[in-house]
Amino acid sequence: MAKKTVQNVLDSNQFKSLVAKRAKVSTLLMILLFLLYYGFVLLIGFNKPFMAQKIGESVTLGIPMAVAVIILAWLLTLAYVVWANAIYDPEVEKLRGQLFD
Amino acid sequence: MPPVTEQAAVAIQTTLGKPTLPSISFFLIIVVITMLITYWASKRTRSAKEFYAAGRGISAFQNGLALAGDYMSAASFLGIAGMVALKGYDGMIYAVGWLVGWPALMFLIAEPLRNLGKFTFADVVAYRLKQTPVRIASAIGGILTVLFYTIAQMVGSGSLIKLMFGLPYEVAEILVGVIMLAYVLFGGMLATTWVQIIKAVLLLSGVSVLMLIVLSKFNFDPGALYTAVAGQYGQAALEPGGLISNPIDAVSLGLALMFGLLGLPHILQRFFTVPNAKAARVSVLYASGFIGYFYIIIPIVGFGASALIGRDIITQIDKGGNMAAPLLAEFLGGTPFLGFIAAVAFATILAVVAGLTLAAASAISHDIYAHVIKRGKATEKEEVLASRIATLIFGVVAVLLGILFKGQNVAFMVGLAFAIACSANFPALTLSIFWKRFTTAGAVCSILTGAFLAVGLIIISPTVWEDVLKNPKGSALFALKNPAIVSMTASFIVGWLVSLMTKEKAAEQMFEDEKLRTYLGVGAE
Repeated sequence: MAKKTVQNVLDSNQFKSLVAKRAKVSTLLMILLFLLYYGFVLLIGFNKPFMAQKIGESVTLGIPMAVAVIILAWLLTLAYVVWANAIYDPEVEKLRGQLFD
Repeated sequence: MPPVTEQAAVAIQTTLGKPTLPSISFFLIIVVITMLITYWASKRTRSAKEFYAAGRGISAFQNGLALAGDYMSAASFLGIAGMVALKGYDGMIYAVGWLVGWPALMFLIAEPLRNLGKFTFADVVAYRLKQTPVRIASAIGGILTVLFYTIAQMVGSGSLIKLMFGLPYEVAEILVGVIMLAYVLFGGMLATTWVQIIKAVLLLSGVSVLMLIVLSKFNFDPGALYTAVAGQYGQAALEPGGLISNPIDAVSLGLALMFGLLGLPHILQRFFTVPNAKAARVSVLYASGFIGYFYIIIPIVGFGASALIGRDIITQIDKGGNMAAPLLAEFLGGTPFLGFIAAVAFATILAVVAGLTLAAASAISHDIYAHVIKRGKATEKEEVLASRIATLIFGVVAVLLGILFKGQNVAFMVGLAFAIACSANFPALTLSIFWKRFTTAGAVCSILTGAFLAVGLIIISPTVWEDVLKNPKGSALFALKNPAIVSMTASFIVGWLVSLMTKEKAAEQMFEDEKLRTYLGVGAE
C-alpha cells in the first residue's frame, strides 16, 4: 500500500470520525459529570431536608450521597479509559500505520 | 464511650508542639531517604528534558501517585479533617469538590496536553500562535496561580510546623525552603516526582491506619461512629449546614475547583513526564482513584476526632481545627503515631512546595527566558542553567513571602489560585487545543481578562473585603465568595470575541496539522 500523505489522512473519513467520536464521548461524560456534581450541590442548595433525612439510626442520606458522588465520578474516568483503550487506541494505531508503513 | 471530661484529661496532655524522639526520627528518616533519591536523581538530571520532565520515563502508575502527591496538600489533609470535626457534614460536601476536577481533566485535556506539549502548559497554548505574546501572557497566568498557591502553602506550613514540632515560624519557613530547594535544584523533576510518590504513599497509608483505628473503636460500624457524633453534637452535625447557603456561590466554588485543576501549572507539567498519551490517560485514572479514596476516608478521621477527642479540645489547640487529625493520632496511637503523622504532614508540605517551585521555575526559564528573551535560540545548557537560577530565586521569594505574610489570613489564596487557574489558564488552553479560529490576540486578551477579573473580583468579594480587610459585613461590592462563574465565563467570551475580530491565517492552517498530533500523537515529544 502506498504511503498516505498527511493531507490524505486528515481528509479521510476514518480520521474525521475518530475526532468526532472522541468529542462525542468526552461531551457525554462531561454532561454526566456535571449532572452528578452540580446536581449534588444544587440538591443541597435547594432541598436541605431531603439530604438531612435519616436512613439509619442517625446516618443522613447526604453521607452516602457524598461518597457515591466520588465513586461515580471515578467510575466515569474508568469508563473513559476502557473506551479509549478498546476503541480509540486501535483506530489511532491504524491511522498511524497508514502514515508510516 | 468515656464522657467528654475524661477525654479532655487524656488529650490535654498532648506532646503536640514539642519535638519528640519519634517525630524527629520519622522526619529525619524521610529527609535522609529523599536526599539519597535526590543524589541519585542528580546524576540523571543534566538535559532540559530531564530537568523539566524526568526524561519522560515515569510510568503511568508512578505518575498517578505523583499527581495525587502534588494535589493532596497539608491543607486538604489537616484542613478538611478539621472542618469535618468542627462543622460536620459541611466538611464532607467540601471534600467532594476536590475530586471532581480529575474526570474533567481526563475527558478534556489530558491526552491532547501530553501530545502537544513539551515542558509547560504554555507550550500547548502557544503551539500555533505567536510565541512572544502568548508565552508572556501564559507565564503571567501560570506564575500568578503558583505564587498565590505557594503563599498559602508557606504560611500554612509555618504555622503547622510550629504547632506540631514547636519550631519558630521563621525557622520552619527556612527549613522548608532549604530542603525543597535541594530536591528541585539538584534532582529536578525526577527527584520531585519521587518525593511526591513517597509522600503520597506515606499520606495514604497514614490516613488509612488512622481511619481503621477509628472504625475499630466502633466495631467497624460507621453507623455507630455517626451515632456517637450525633449524640454529642446533635443531628445537625450530619446535615448540610451553612456551607451551601447560596446555590450560585456553591456552583461558582465548584467551577473553580473543577476547572481550576485544569489550569494548575504544577499538575499540568506532570503530564510531560510520561512516555505517551495512553500513559497520561491511565495516570489520571490512578490519580483520581487515590484522591477519591483519600477524600472518602478523611471525613471518617474528622468525625472520629470530634467523637473521640471532642470539638472543645480541638479548638483549644488550634481555632481552625487543623490539629484534629494529629490529636486523634496521639489519642489512638500515642506519641509514636503522632510523630509519624506529624512527619508525614511535614513531608506533604515539602513535596507540594517543591512541585510548585519547579512549575514556577519552568515558566520563568522555559517560557520567558528560552522563548521570549532568547527567541527560542537558547542552548540546552543555557536553559538548564536558567531553570536552576529561576528555581533558586523562586525558592527564596517563597520563603520571604511566607515570612512577610506571617499571621495573615491567607486561606483565601488557595481559592484565588484556583480562580486564576480556571479563568486565565484553562480557557486559553482548551480554546487553543479545540478551536480553529482562536488567535494570538484572543489568547492574550482571554488570559489577561481571566487573571485580572479573578484577582479584582476576589478583592471586592466578602472573602477579602469583609473577612481579611475587615470592612463591615454586607459592604462587599461583589456578592460571590469565589468569582469563577463570572471570571471564567468572561475569559471564554473575550477569547471568542477577540478571535472573531482578528483573523490569523497561519494559526488556522497549522490547526489542521496540529490535529494529527493532538489525536494521533504524530510528532509528539
